[in-house]
Amino acid sequence: MLFDFAGVLVFLIFGCLFVGINLLLSRLIQTRNPHPGKLSTYECGEIPIGTGWIQFNIRFYVIALVFLIFDVEVVFLFPWAVVFKELGTFAFVEMMIFVFMLLVGLAYVWAKGDLEWDKPREVPAPELASVVDQPKLTEEMAS
Amino acid sequence: MTAFDFVFYVFAALTVASAVVMVFSRNVIYSAVGLLFTFFGVAGIYVLLAADFVAVVQVMIYVGGILILLLFGVMLSQRVTKVELRTGTLQLVPALLVVGSGLVVLLRVMYKTGWKEVPAAEFKATSATIGTLLMTDFLIPFEVVSILLLLALIGAAFIARKERKT
Amino acid sequence: MRELVSSVTSSQSFLSNLPEFVIALIFIAIAAVILTTVAAVLALIGVYLERKVSAHMQDRLGPMYVGGWHGWAQTLADAVKLLIKEDIVPRAADKKLHLLAPFLVFAATLAAFAVLPFGRQLIVSDLNVGVLYVIAISSLVVVGIILAGWASNNKWSLLGAMRSAAQIVSFEIPASLAVLVVIMAVGSMNLGEIVLYQEGGIHKWLVWKFFPFNLIAFLIFFVASLAEVNRAPFDIPEAESEIIAGFHTEYSGMKFAMFFLAEYANMFLVGAVGATLFLGGWSSPFGDFMNSGPFQVFWLFAKAFALIFVQMWLRWTLPRVRVDQLMYTSWKVLTPFAFLAMVGVGIYMII
Repeated sequence: MLFDFAGVLVFLIFGCLFVGINLLLSRLIQTRNPHPGKLSTYECGEIPIGTGWIQFNIRFYVIALVFLIFDVEVVFLFPWAVVFKELGTFAFVEMMIFVFMLLVGLAYVWAKGDLEWDKPREVPAPELASVVDQPKLTEEMAS
Repeated sequence: MTAFDFVFYVFAALTVASAVVMVFSRNVIYSAVGLLFTFFGVAGIYVLLAADFVAVVQVMIYVGGILILLLFGVMLSQRVTKVELRTGTLQLVPALLVVGSGLVVLLRVMYKTGWKEVPAAEFKATSATIGTLLMTDFLIPFEVVSILLLLALIGAAFIARKERKT
Repeated sequence: MRELVSSVTSSQSFLSNLPEFVIALIFIAIAAVILTTVAAVLALIGVYLERKVSAHMQDRLGPMYVGGWHGWAQTLADAVKLLIKEDIVPRAADKKLHLLAPFLVFAATLAAFAVLPFGRQLIVSDLNVGVLYVIAISSLVVVGIILAGWASNNKWSLLGAMRSAAQIVSFEIPASLAVLVVIMAVGSMNLGEIVLYQEGGIHKWLVWKFFPFNLIAFLIFFVASLAEVNRAPFDIPEAESEIIAGFHTEYSGMKFAMFFLAEYANMFLVGAVGATLFLGGWSSPFGDFMNSGPFQVFWLFAKAFALIFVQMWLRWTLPRVRVDQLMYTSWKVLTPFAFLAMVGVGIYMII
């Protein structure tokens, strides 16, 4: 088993080495022409407004929390799945109790609306039409 | 010193160095990166202890869940780059005395104990054993864990919901 | 891999003088070099394939000029271009984290190649927790993406990175549950053993077992893996028209190339894992017919590339999914169905 994990470690180190060598190579042969326009933050060509931080939806944090709980549950499911073939019905029933508890949790979070992302606000159609006043293309303009 | 010992010292050094970076860094995100490498070092040490399942689960839960949760929490809070993280040390000398005496006690215990030489652990796969034990010997703690996770889910969702309304 | 090492060591007498771990390290290092090259070449082929496939689906021709026949050297030219481009790091960006992120993303993707079975003995790390390891190492990619978004100090990068992290994380649960179904059937997390279980022809593939639950599990795994690789229709984090280029907006030159390489290598990895778990891995669908040596490598690549073709097909056919629709899909559709598949297979196996 140590042999196998040694392989994993060597691969990680090789990944870092590969990236390192490529970046070094690039650093040797690249052009270097710093210019204030290039060094400023990119915002579709406009001058950036404010700092690089925006107020986030708290949904991100809630999703990460729910994910963590289910991740721990999945971790318990894996060793059970490995021995499931041998242990049979009794193990199945025990695990179903476990899964049922967590399905109750999922149902709770679902029903209370914690899994909802904020939907985009629907702008009613008349509002849009009044914003842009399209001039009609007349015969004189077309000719 | 065998290769095994060398690898152990490397991982131990990685863990301790990353923990030092995590504690003393002034930038929260740098601390988070230090935490990442600490988790990684601990996972390596688990592998050396023949606990392959626990090592992989360490990476999956700690790096893939808790570290991401921490990063999300840090990035959701305001002005995190401008806040000075270093809390001032209040009473330096008494703190040093207490910590120093604790260190001395620990070192004496470590060196004076008669550690038994256990034969080296067999490196066999642990997942099947863990699965069987969870279903047979440790069934009650296992089911209690499910209730604990349910409570954690409900509690966390409740707290996060309340904060959204403010 | 261990049998390979021991067979070579016993045949060459001068090798047995070295201590065991040195021989092991040499073999692993050779395998690492080979697989790194394979990953890089696969990424190059993947980019070219994507341009050609997308072109033909859009009724045009794609790259035709560079290198003569159908522009086959286009990606090589692109790689050289990225090599000589200037590495622009914005003044307001965090230089250390900006440098760290590509390392994390690429190293994690490459490390997952270590457990792929390319043949009967051609696995570098025959881990007993192989499947769980693949899932775990993909979470390193998420951390790399978040750091990349943060380090750029750009609102759009940060938004793209957070969305990407939330997306990958949401789809990890259905993917793990779908994989669980395979483990229940085989009784082991070892990828080599999973393939050996499916050896013997197309009728023994795990996607047909316990009909229809394994098929549902395969579809869930495929869709979830699309989201894990940030491919369309789940490519909000890289949406060109919405948030510029998402978390790799402020990356140029070779660092961007590393992200790009990692994405295509990840695509191949997910295709290969799907093929290994559900479609029989390196075993031939004709039973014993083409089942030896280099044919095994051929079959794995063929199946993986078939899945990659379907991924590209979906990208250029379906429109991009909105963020709230994406979360809805993951938590309210895929997760319940994955639980259903798991319970179904459990009952199937008991009766």
